[in-house]
Amino acid sequence: MNIHEYQARELLAQAGIAVPPGVVATTPAEARRAMERLGVPKVVVKAQVHAGGRGKAGGVKLADSPEQAERVAGQILGMKIKGLTVGKVLIAPASEIASEAYVGVIVDRASHAPVFMVSPAGGIDIEEVAAKTPEKIFKQTVDARYGLLPHQAMALAFHLYSDVALVRQAAEILQKLYRAFVDAGASLAEINPLIVTPKGEVVALDAKIVVDDNELERKPAVEALRDVAVEEPSEVMAREANLTYIKLDGDVGCCVNGAGLAMATMDLVKYYGGEPANFLDIGGSSNPEKVVTALKIITSDPKVKAILFNIFGGITRCDDVANGIVAATRQFKVDRPLVIRLTGTNEKEALKILEGVGLKALTDMDAAVQQAVKLAKGGAAA
Amino acid sequence: MSIFVDKGTRLVVQGITGRDGSFHAKQMLAYGTRIVAGVTPGKGGQTFEHKVPIFNTVAEAVAATKANTSVIYVPAKFAADAVFEAADAGVKLVVCISEGVPVLDMTRVFPFLLERGVRLIGPNCPGIITPGAAKVGIIPGQICAPGPIGVVSRSGTLTYEVVYQLTRAGLGQTTCVGIGGDPIIGTNFIDCLAAFEADPQTRAVVMIGEIGGTDEQKAAEFVKRNMTKPVVGFIAGQTAPPGRRMGHAGAIISGSSGTAAEKIAAFERAGIAVMKRPADVVPLIAARIRAGGTRAGDSRPAGGARKPKRAQAARGSRRPAGKPKPAKKKR
Repeated sequence: MNIHEYQARELLAQAGIAVPPGVVATTPAEARRAMERLGVPKVVVKAQVHAGGRGKAGGVKLADSPEQAERVAGQILGMKIKGLTVGKVLIAPASEIASEAYVGVIVDRASHAPVFMVSPAGGIDIEEVAAKTPEKIFKQTVDARYGLLPHQAMALAFHLYSDVALVRQAAEILQKLYRAFVDAGASLAEINPLIVTPKGEVVALDAKIVVDDNELERKPAVEALRDVAVEEPSEVMAREANLTYIKLDGDVGCCVNGAGLAMATMDLVKYYGGEPANFLDIGGSSNPEKVVTALKIITSDPKVKAILFNIFGGITRCDDVANGIVAATRQFKVDRPLVIRLTGTNEKEALKILEGVGLKALTDMDAAVQQAVKLAKGGAAA
Repeated sequence: MSIFVDKGTRLVVQGITGRDGSFHAKQMLAYGTRIVAGVTPGKGGQTFEHKVPIFNTVAEAVAATKANTSVIYVPAKFAADAVFEAADAGVKLVVCISEGVPVLDMTRVFPFLLERGVRLIGPNCPGIITPGAAKVGIIPGQICAPGPIGVVSRSGTLTYEVVYQLTRAGLGQTTCVGIGGDPIIGTNFIDCLAAFEADPQTRAVVMIGEIGGTDEQKAAEFVKRNMTKPVVGFIAGQTAPPGRRMGHAGAIISGSSGTAAEKIAAFERAGIAVMKRPADVVPLIAARIRAGGTRAGDSRPAGGARKPKRAQAARGSRRPAGKPKPAKKKR
């Protein structure tokens, strides 16, 4: 789960990291009042969206009067950055910057551990630094049982600064960042840039935290940071029903059990010349109610021209899925052709249930996908 | 023959009285797996299905029954502790089925197991089956058959699809391992490939990967350098958009890395026959078995390349258990 910059700043502040004050605004008038409240001569108005490259897209602007803050907030609010509409801006004092660094910690798959990365070349996209000047990035693997040790934090900080007063401040921030990372159940936490002010203070100017979805159940305070306004409504509906759904641009709606098979089904649609409309995994348990919700979500996409079920029964029972399909057709009009492939646990019972309402099912994946692609293109079913 | 589990497997089921645990324990018993114990705190002294003794702790279960393998069906938030408990009790192979284990938990579990030489399969995996001998996990037994093909996969139902097609075509399996779809897993492709290479009964290997991470690329490098047996591969997620988690926590393209295209290219460079769709597995495997079961252009004798030093380099630091250990107890 992504959270907004202002929320990440709050989490860092809770961990004891110096973060400049900031106020969130959802209207231009609020932005003006926010600047008045901050009482500073110059502010930065920043779009709050779950996308990088905000500055380049025009989503970060300076203002030196409340009126100007109102004006630029009016420009930023409602704009689209990488397809996402900006609904909130953060108003923060414009800081004087003597130097900018990058510090971050991620869960690294290859080393099976959290890994810190720091670079004195901060303020810009760290992936760009990694690609162009990898020698400017310094790493430290963390044994998660002990956390980031003080000497490791100091060694990292010495890569950023030579003045020991700054090094000590930065080392403390790194340890607090690690605590915030663990407390949030994050898979990534970064400060970019970490700045030094002309007075010699090390301050976190911008923050990004990505939370591991698997942590949300045991961290309700973090779950509460979710901003459903920026999510696709159909994806919110799916999540609430414990389905995994991702909307795509094609016209063959897909309903599959298991993530790997769901991806392979989408790929096979493409292989036979079609375009998948979505990724949808109904998961391992086979509650008929889930199938009803899945069909509701798929049919709510007007682009969908044919719906393909691909079920390989293991824990999932084919008869449960069949019952779900029948229940859905009774609850609402499924006005797009259905192609159903079922095999595995309780396959025979499932076929009987479907036959009872005049539906047919196939047992071969390739045949089913070919038929669905053909139907989506307006051809007759085989 | 087989890898990791066989007739010598003495299984303890953690969470045996839970909804999933009890259902699958029955299935495993029906398949003939030797379940010697179950664990549910507070239910020690009871029996499961009138034959399997239940204990309060894994340590008690191991002391009383000499269990050497554990399978975990507990809710995700308790899964890490269940793995710690199994390792503490001296179990040498732990299979964690639980889905949704926080990745930070896994960063603590991993070094703990490494130090103790314990192998973990999963989490978020369907488990492992040696057809005709032992089923540990949730892979449907009826779709498998004994035979010469090793199968290793990051997926669940996609594995069933491929195994089902193999079995229908008369191509049985030595062992099928589902290694799990999470970013941090205990046993990776290379561990399984090395074990299949060392297993005399395995004549060819099917490797099923997906988008996200670089494990498939490293595995391809391993195949190129260390394997004499033919490998057929598949990558799911060619149509997946970047930046979105495709169900599995580990199935995500970040930036430009972890794409299906780069993994398929790595397979091709390593001489792995790439399946364009699941149904391709049968003709590709059949052709390689007919051709005698060695990799074209590789002159190394079969079975002679057990985990050479290169494997360590390709993987970085590996646990001691990463070696194809003699998990099989010959009797």
